[in-house]
Amino acid sequence: MQIPTTGITGLFGESGSGKTTLLRCIAGLEADLSHDSRPVHKRGVGYVFQEPQLFPHLDVRRNIEFGLRRSSAPKVDQDQVVEMLGLSDLLDRKPDGLSGGEAQRVAIAAVLLRSPHLVLMDEPLAALDQRRKDELLPYLDRLHDELSVPMIYVSHSIDEVSRLCDHLLLIDDGRIVASGELHEMLSRLDLPMLSGSNAGSVIEAKPWRYDRDYDLTQFNFSGGELRVPGRYDINARSVRLRIAARDVSMCRSRPDDTTILNVFAAEIDDVQTSGSSSALVRLVAGTDYLLALVTRRSIAHLDLKKGDQVYAQVKSVTVKR
Amino acid sequence: MDELSGMSIFAPLLLSIQLAFVTTVVLILVATPIAWWLSQTPSRFKAVTQAIVAMPIVLPPTVIGFYLLILLGPNGAIGSWWVQMTGTALTFSFSGLVIASCVYSLPFAVQPLQSAFESLPRQTLEFAWTQGASKLDAFFTVAVPMSVRGFIGAAVLAFAHTLGEFGVVLMVGGNIPGETRVISIAIYDQVETLNYGAAHQMSLFSYRSHLNAETCVTP
Repeated sequence: MQIPTTGITGLFGESGSGKTTLLRCIAGLEADLSHDSRPVHKRGVGYVFQEPQLFPHLDVRRNIEFGLRRSSAPKVDQDQVVEMLGLSDLLDRKPDGLSGGEAQRVAIAAVLLRSPHLVLMDEPLAALDQRRKDELLPYLDRLHDELSVPMIYVSHSIDEVSRLCDHLLLIDDGRIVASGELHEMLSRLDLPMLSGSNAGSVIEAKPWRYDRDYDLTQFNFSGGELRVPGRYDINARSVRLRIAARDVSMCRSRPDDTTILNVFAAEIDDVQTSGSSSALVRLVAGTDYLLALVTRRSIAHLDLKKGDQVYAQVKSVTVKR
Repeated sequence: MDELSGMSIFAPLLLSIQLAFVTTVVLILVATPIAWWLSQTPSRFKAVTQAIVAMPIVLPPTVIGFYLLILLGPNGAIGSWWVQMTGTALTFSFSGLVIASCVYSLPFAVQPLQSAFESLPRQTLEFAWTQGASKLDAFFTVAVPMSVRGFIGAAVLAFAHTLGEFGVVLMVGGNIPGETRVISIAIYDQVETLNYGAAHQMSLFSYRSHLNAETCVTP
């Protein structure tokens, strides 16, 4: 298995597919399964557990300094990490007084301050409720943007993976079945794990204009424009949008009387009709790929095939960051 | 006469407390690695070791005392080695009493420690390792502080059991004033000579020091 030395690599698979075991092997926590005889503490691999494992007898400050003190060459600035994860007000608290999300932020800070060569995150959001997840995700975005340490992020949620990761590894039954750059992986039609309700693409888009009357923000991407409910900072650099394949449909001619806001021209790049009733279609709009999950009957009825010009209708778009 | 009986209460009591204190310190040092090994090992020798450690609970103290007397005696395996090293005999000495008390009270130190170590979350230790702590480092900086209650329990039980022991002490130590005549032996002496008044007094003292020991260390 090879992973890039920059950015976040998502390790995506069903429960029980061997994600955690793989991480534990990398960290050296499964001595029986590992060829590498170096002890855990000499590997320089940070591990963020699903349930944050803080030391109950130490306050937050001593917890995050635990690894720092044992690090031979600290490269990460403590103040920066504390600020980045919003821990300034928590430093004197004991772990048992922290919420699940706060504890996980402390654990992440502790791991980063150790200056590891690689950070492993084992579903760090899975034990949190949706509100706490939404609270923690922006912090993870910041890690992604501001730190250079490579990370492997384990998840069974395609939403988290497509928000945070730059690369994707798919694991099934203990084996890596595919790996590659996120956008490219998400646009592949031959991966059963990324079909059905998991199918969808991400595109980078720039917020362009806010329509106050209807509370919509318009984003520009290589293939046209997309309007998304809500207000987004139009000064922000590009953001990541996720479009689920089931939210995309196609028309032969430009639909003028539709309630769907986002309609743009696209070309059919590939059609995969392996499902019993459904078909997955890859569209190209500008330089971006888009997936559409439609019925096989519609494909046959409209005689859609590679190279055809169509209009893509996008019912909903999620802004990832 | 009053002064005499006062003397004869305090010397054995002080000796008992000394013995209990030294035994507790030695036992914590000996029991900690045993308890840690028992709590972490998947070894099939675990059950056997546990049974050996627990033996003093089931064997009559006089039986343990008898075999310790043989083992620690000048012709015994440990006793002869001790004579070679120090020139003095282990039996009927304070050092011999400490060794005998440690054997007798071992399970009472090991068991609270073992259950404290066993209840440590495995992942917290794993987190410490991935944070750069060696196994030994993580043991002292994470496992020990997280098991404080186990250490307190082990110390209290070891101390109290040593204070109260009789059979082992009588067998190995005999009844030498100032050296091996601990409070339980002294009480027995008084009863033997039908001096019930002094026996009552000593028992009361002994009971009070027991209580003190336990309330001192119990949080």
